[in-house]
Amino acid sequence: MAEGEVPFRILPALSERSGFFWRSGRDGVLRFLRCTDCGAWLHPPLPLCPVDHSKNLAPTPVSGRATVHTFSINHQPWMPGPELPYTVAIVDIEEDPSVRLTTNIVGCSPDDVYIGMPVRVVFEHHEADDGEVWLPMFEPDPDRAGDGERGQ
Amino acid sequence: MNASDIIERRACVSGIGQSEIGRRLDADPLTLTLDGCLAAIEDAGLRVGDIDGLSTYPGAFGPSGFSGAGAVDVHDALRLELGWHDSGIETSGQLGSVIKACLAVGAGLARHVLCFRSVWEGSAQGSKGRAGIMPGGDGKKGVRASGFTEWTLPFSAPSAAVWIAMFAQRHFHEYGTTREQLAQIALNARKNAALNPNAIYSEPMSMDDYLSARLISTPFCLFDCDVPCDGATAFVISHVDAARDLRQPPVRVEAVGTALRGRPSWDQFDDLSTMANRDAGAHLWSRTDLKPSDVDCAQLYDGFSFITLSWLEALQLVPIGESGPFVEGGHRIARDGELPLNTHGGQLSAGRLHGYGFLHEAVVQLRGQGGARQIAKANPQVAIAAAGGGNTCGCMLLTRD
Repeated sequence: MAEGEVPFRILPALSERSGFFWRSGRDGVLRFLRCTDCGAWLHPPLPLCPVDHSKNLAPTPVSGRATVHTFSINHQPWMPGPELPYTVAIVDIEEDPSVRLTTNIVGCSPDDVYIGMPVRVVFEHHEADDGEVWLPMFEPDPDRAGDGERGQ
Repeated sequence: MNASDIIERRACVSGIGQSEIGRRLDADPLTLTLDGCLAAIEDAGLRVGDIDGLSTYPGAFGPSGFSGAGAVDVHDALRLELGWHDSGIETSGQLGSVIKACLAVGAGLARHVLCFRSVWEGSAQGSKGRAGIMPGGDGKKGVRASGFTEWTLPFSAPSAAVWIAMFAQRHFHEYGTTREQLAQIALNARKNAALNPNAIYSEPMSMDDYLSARLISTPFCLFDCDVPCDGATAFVISHVDAARDLRQPPVRVEAVGTALRGRPSWDQFDDLSTMANRDAGAHLWSRTDLKPSDVDCAQLYDGFSFITLSWLEALQLVPIGESGPFVEGGHRIARDGELPLNTHGGQLSAGRLHGYGFLHEAVVQLRGQGGARQIAKANPQVAIAAAGGGNTCGCMLLTRD
């Protein structure tokens, strides 16, 4: 795969509930559902707020800043995908660290990824006849470079 | 809680059985399943007509090879007449199906419940590499990811190997656990498998072999991942009153653990240095006066090596964060150590019989039928069997009658 080429991905089903999430990157902004009554963030999307059971939920922009909670450098060719090895990570969203995303860390060597690493969202756009999507990937955040403690 | 409310105590394991087990048998999965079931009924000294309950995991479900037969297949093939039957994957791990059988016996819905788990993942895999285990993980174009895979497959994370590796990495980060420590789970399994004639892999493995194996998903190498195989394991769970005069000494169920108090999710769970086994383990000890120090041997799921470390802590057999140092060097978990572990070789070396192999081995050890791999301690009285990882975990504490 040439550099800069978009890798093959199995794209998410664009359900009524989650479609907003996968299309959110159209304007470069990451969004999660938030309860407009109590302010709780929730993910994956649900039909009601798990805290107060309100149905008043709205896709709400976040900063796109996150922290690597844990990660794994994948070497196994399970299926077509990014060039091996690639980094799978679970990141904590800045607005609510209990909201997490499984994602890939891009824009750096897998060897440079560490738990606590500050990252920011960068979208991987996929055209598709059955609905285009913007996958939220994360890259090192230059504004917070060096934050977090490496090598604990 | 009154002891009389702990109805799993009215149940015992009266029979155990396995089919032929192999890396790739290319055998009919239903035949293997029935072989295992009939072996368990025979072991108990029962007749097929005595069976009045049936339970299995996961049912006729999942990707190719994941399930050799559903409850209906066995029900009909053996012409069973059942007072109670159950099947499903949304339960407390693979042993959830056995735990439900214990509760059914305790509640009087059945006297003798046949439980089975059957796999043919070895043959299904063929000569190809191991696939992602979840639907849609085969990379076919035009497939869209849904359910939990909606949140993992688009990021090229189609396997529990990757998800569990991230739990392991978090544990390494918080507690300083090392690959050399993790290796002991694989090395111990291989040593024990050498004494198990049914094991898939029995040739010796050294630390150098382990550390030089190809990486799968860090920190996991090939030897941290269990080996797909073909085979079936079955049990007869009987009411203790109906098991007194059977062929084998009954192995009693002292307590079970089924709790899941965190979010049922591989990435949203509150503490990724542990798993749902944290809740199942605490639950088990809340239902018995026995203590972790009473356990004579532990048979703990090793679909991936790290899950065994996680179970050691979840079951309070070692303090939180200390599973790595505990297994270091391997002597404490050896057959003559303070806590013999996965004495049949686990799924890492004896084959991925998917949870049921651990209960099978716990019963073998409590009966003293381990032969060359029988633990050194004479007359073991208490064993623990635990299965599952991530957000699906269950465990059983067993005693000699």
